[in-house]
Amino acid sequence: MKETIESLIGKRILILDGAMGTMIQRHDLEEFDFREGAFENHHKPLKGNNDLLSITRPEIIKDIHRKYFIAGADIVETNTFSGTSIAQADYDLESAVYDINFSSAKIAKEVAQEFTDKPRFVAGSIGPTNRTASISPDVNDPGYRAVSFDDLVAAYKEQISALIEGGVDILLVETVFDTLNAKAALYAIQEVFDEEKVNLPIMVSGTITDQSGRTLTGQTTEAFLISLSHMPLLSIGLNCALGANLMRPYLQILNQTSPFNVSAHPNAGLPNEFGEYDETPEMMADQIEVFLKEGLVNIIGGCCGTTPEHISEIAERAKKYNPRKIS
Amino acid sequence: MSIATLKLSGLEPLIVTKESNFVNVGERTNVTGSRAFLRMIQAGDYESALAVALDQVNGGAQIIDVNMDEGMIDGEEAMVKFLNLIASEPDIARVPVMIDSSKWEIIEAGLKCIQGKGVVNSISLKEGEEEFIRQATIIKRYGAAVIVMAFDEKGQADNYERRIEICERSYQILTENVGFNQNDIIFDPNIFPVATGMEEHNNNALDFFKATKWIKENLPGAHVSGGVSNVSFSFRGNNRVREAMHSAFLYHAIGNGMDMGIVNPTMLEIYADIDKELLKYVEDVLLNRREDATERLLNFAETVKGEGKKKEIDLSWRNGSVQERLSYALVKGIVEYIDVDVEECRQKYKRPIEVIEGPLMDGMNVVGDLFGSGQMFLPQVVKSARVMKKAVAYLLPFIEKEKGGKQQSSGKILLATVKGDVHDIGKNIVGVVLGCNNYEIIDLGVMVPAQKIIDTAIKENVDVIGLSGLITPSLDEMVHVAKEMERANMKTPLLIGGATTSRVHTAVKIDEHYNLGNTIHVLDASRSVTVVESLLGNKKQTFIDNLKIEYDTVRKNHASHVQNKSLVDIETARKNKLELSFNNDIISKPKNIGVQVLNDITVSEIIPYIDWTPFFQTWELHGRYPNILNDELVGKEASSLFEDAQQMLTKIVSESWLSVKAVYGIFPANSVGDDIEIYADISRSEILHTQHTLRQQTKKAKGQPNLALSDFIAPKESDIIDYIGGFAVTSGLGIEKYIEAFENDHDDYNSIMLKALADRLAEALAEYLHERVRTSYWGYSKNERHSNEELIQEKYRGIRPAPGYPACPDHTEKIGLFNILKVKDNIGVDLTESLAMTPASSVSGWYFAHPNSKYFGVGKVNREQIKDLAVRKNKKLQDIEKWYSSILI
Repeated sequence: MKETIESLIGKRILILDGAMGTMIQRHDLEEFDFREGAFENHHKPLKGNNDLLSITRPEIIKDIHRKYFIAGADIVETNTFSGTSIAQADYDLESAVYDINFSSAKIAKEVAQEFTDKPRFVAGSIGPTNRTASISPDVNDPGYRAVSFDDLVAAYKEQISALIEGGVDILLVETVFDTLNAKAALYAIQEVFDEEKVNLPIMVSGTITDQSGRTLTGQTTEAFLISLSHMPLLSIGLNCALGANLMRPYLQILNQTSPFNVSAHPNAGLPNEFGEYDETPEMMADQIEVFLKEGLVNIIGGCCGTTPEHISEIAERAKKYNPRKIS
Repeated sequence: MSIATLKLSGLEPLIVTKESNFVNVGERTNVTGSRAFLRMIQAGDYESALAVALDQVNGGAQIIDVNMDEGMIDGEEAMVKFLNLIASEPDIARVPVMIDSSKWEIIEAGLKCIQGKGVVNSISLKEGEEEFIRQATIIKRYGAAVIVMAFDEKGQADNYERRIEICERSYQILTENVGFNQNDIIFDPNIFPVATGMEEHNNNALDFFKATKWIKENLPGAHVSGGVSNVSFSFRGNNRVREAMHSAFLYHAIGNGMDMGIVNPTMLEIYADIDKELLKYVEDVLLNRREDATERLLNFAETVKGEGKKKEIDLSWRNGSVQERLSYALVKGIVEYIDVDVEECRQKYKRPIEVIEGPLMDGMNVVGDLFGSGQMFLPQVVKSARVMKKAVAYLLPFIEKEKGGKQQSSGKILLATVKGDVHDIGKNIVGVVLGCNNYEIIDLGVMVPAQKIIDTAIKENVDVIGLSGLITPSLDEMVHVAKEMERANMKTPLLIGGATTSRVHTAVKIDEHYNLGNTIHVLDASRSVTVVESLLGNKKQTFIDNLKIEYDTVRKNHASHVQNKSLVDIETARKNKLELSFNNDIISKPKNIGVQVLNDITVSEIIPYIDWTPFFQTWELHGRYPNILNDELVGKEASSLFEDAQQMLTKIVSESWLSVKAVYGIFPANSVGDDIEIYADISRSEILHTQHTLRQQTKKAKGQPNLALSDFIAPKESDIIDYIGGFAVTSGLGIEKYIEAFENDHDDYNSIMLKALADRLAEALAEYLHERVRTSYWGYSKNERHSNEELIQEKYRGIRPAPGYPACPDHTEKIGLFNILKVKDNIGVDLTESLAMTPASSVSGWYFAHPNSKYFGVGKVNREQIKDLAVRKNKKLQDIEKWYSSILI
């Protein structure tokens, strides 16, 4: 019988992959790599628009996915963090949104199918966009909004449809710094599900920006959870901004209050003065082991600065512990 | 994996469990519940509006209810703006928001602004299952909890059986068809007044308690909420009874499982502290324990009505010196002894003028100081002025006999309501307030042409000119006066006041035409004294310099606002019209078509329909009736004013001061584009009148239509016969005689009172007639039953927009309306050249019956639409343009 993510998640701690950007950086890519084939005549510089690499350099992206699966990941995330028309507007590439998401999903799925030892899943990564629906970018005009709920829903629907068409198994709304953006993403998911008569597991992961314990838009961890509990989620969790030890108190809150599974993919510590992440796989895994032991999570992975080496170490430690039980 | 309790969130969680205490919902950020809040929103003063919200949260509100349902504002825009601003205030945003509206578009617009999990207030089965399911599904998708009113296709639940029937059905649909989380369902099973004297109301509270208990026992997870103050509606004016009743009601309701509600904490007595005898009578009524419970409580209520009725009149002030007595009489507004005291004083002083300059002015200075520092309110000041005027009138013959003694005034002020306008309550109040401060007032009355204002001002060498007006065409007339003043080389400061005037209009439209002098907008009568003092005092230059800077900023902001305000072209707007379905189930055929005149309505019939809140507003007392009577700040004055109003109403009825008349007509009609063709009969061969409606051109969010009134009428090409109604009512017939008598008696207080009451009666008559039309004459809503509060909140089906108001800003549409109803012949109401109705206490408008018709504001339109309108009206653009200057961008 084919194992589903829902049946597996109660049995053991599932492993999510690590950073995409950190791995891409290792390749020292140039402007040409971002353009070749598909965007050669585009009028704006494209270097840094990592999502395009799924189209122009699919082998690099596939190789990164492969390395994470080899390291022990059960789930990899598609290379689509900025795959909305809102985020792509910076590059005037709104028109590329379908291709980015479809191709990213397709190649990730191809890699997943190379592995037959155990079920491997692909989560469509749905980023926060670069605009906030509940705070104004202009301090002198707090009532102003750079993006509306309706704009976000439209942009997310476009991304989500293409991800589903490309074959993802899970949708992952991640790095939520404004809960209203995430509500728009969930709204869009429900609309796409209704329109296309599909249904996929949904993961949500928020970002607690610092030790105030709040999201960028000011919500506490529990308020964040309550605001998104209207959908039947596979999991809710936290990622980015903090290293594992600083994330732990907020995971404890989720552990106590969440009716859903709990996920965590922290950064490899806090960035140093060069913006690099210094924590070695062992250092990071030691901190993570503390809350694995406490039974706080069902899904564990890594965010900024983490590599297949980190994930491999984390996966080894996770084998020793039972997943969180939903009370 | 469902969540086992109701969990809400702002920036922080709010978790409602069986063990948690009653959840207190803040009610003051509600334009229908707080006039002060409405004024802030209308004035765009969101800073103060935020302060109200913060104050509530600091005061213990665990949720804040936000309501922007008011015809005069764009509710959707106001909701979005306010919620966005709240989001930037962490001290407010920490609590969840309750989005309160009877309009679905406003609810949905609000849901798009909140990152937390809020509550929608409310939805119901009123429009049928399909709409209920649609709305609930969308609410779920936004992740909000919902309040469900016990209301269905047949109407509002008014007994126990209907309450549980509707709640159970709603619950089943929500949990089974929609998949709504059962813990996110909150029922409002309707709190209705008790002790109304009607037998069928005797179980109103008891049925609520029983229904609450039933809901908590039979509908797992569901919660119960409600607006508590409604229960004591019959006892308005008697706070002791009301407070006791609220506490007792809550005590039993909470005992039966009510877990949240909208409660005014200042209107609550502690249950244990309620007088035992009063409590017994109150509970007899609430629990319907005896047949004569209402009667017994009413009798008992009379005895606890408080100090007012039985108190001995305290005459100890009569023991003071004559100066002290005059001062006391002025401050307290007592006229009974004024002649005696003034005479006594006159004999003490060498010259009669010294009585005015001495003790009387001293007394008025005390009044002025108290008013200026907010310790006295307008009605009291007007009463003081009455005492002053009487005293002066008594002294005048002596002064004239003596000659030579001329009173030295602080300055001469000319006041006038501009040409074409007949409204003068506000202007008269300004006159009284300035008069109290020793300014000489030259009041030219109403409908005063520019030339007369200018001639008089020059001849009398006045120091300040004040213009007043209520209707929008008066704004243009004020511009005209300013231009003429400039042409006459005048430098006299020009004050602008009245309901439709604004600082922005004054700065942008009037000030620029009057460069020789200064134009100043005066927000209300209480500000007039400070403004005039600044203009005539030695700090004049600083005042004017500051004013220039302020108005420059206003103009700049306005210019950038206009640029930012994106309009769509009229064709795009028309493509985005509201597409309603029309069929014979929706359109109800009136019993008779044609015009009917009603001459037999009595004033006493319409008194129950009075909306008192605007009455207090006229007197610059801000707050919603009846709560205003208990307001901490103005409650005492409001109660005393209310008592005076009741006394005058009694006289109006018993001595037949006013006759009320109404005319209405219902006609077959169809829309043709943005026009509505009104036909003589159902053959639709003769067009009586073509009503031209204006369409919103503001850019709308996806799914939101650009509305015009014509959208509410079936289009001609559908071949369905639809109907439209029109009406005009007046309560101003016969008023002049009494106004004149009061003015001759130097009694501004009663003169203003009578005008204000006549205005209220005209509005009440419009409300009364509308109800009769809905339930009987047209009869499309035969079974409705609404309390006056619900009528005021426009909870009925259909609308009655008035030409000159936001949905129909075109005053010229009154001409056609008046023609087809033969208003002048039928009820004696005429139109002035600016299309104001005269007598002033008159109301007219159109009736639309479609269930989806609603009030809206046309807002700004562009020249393209007005050009098109000119073609439709077969007029030259330049001839009609002036009527639209206030809405043209």
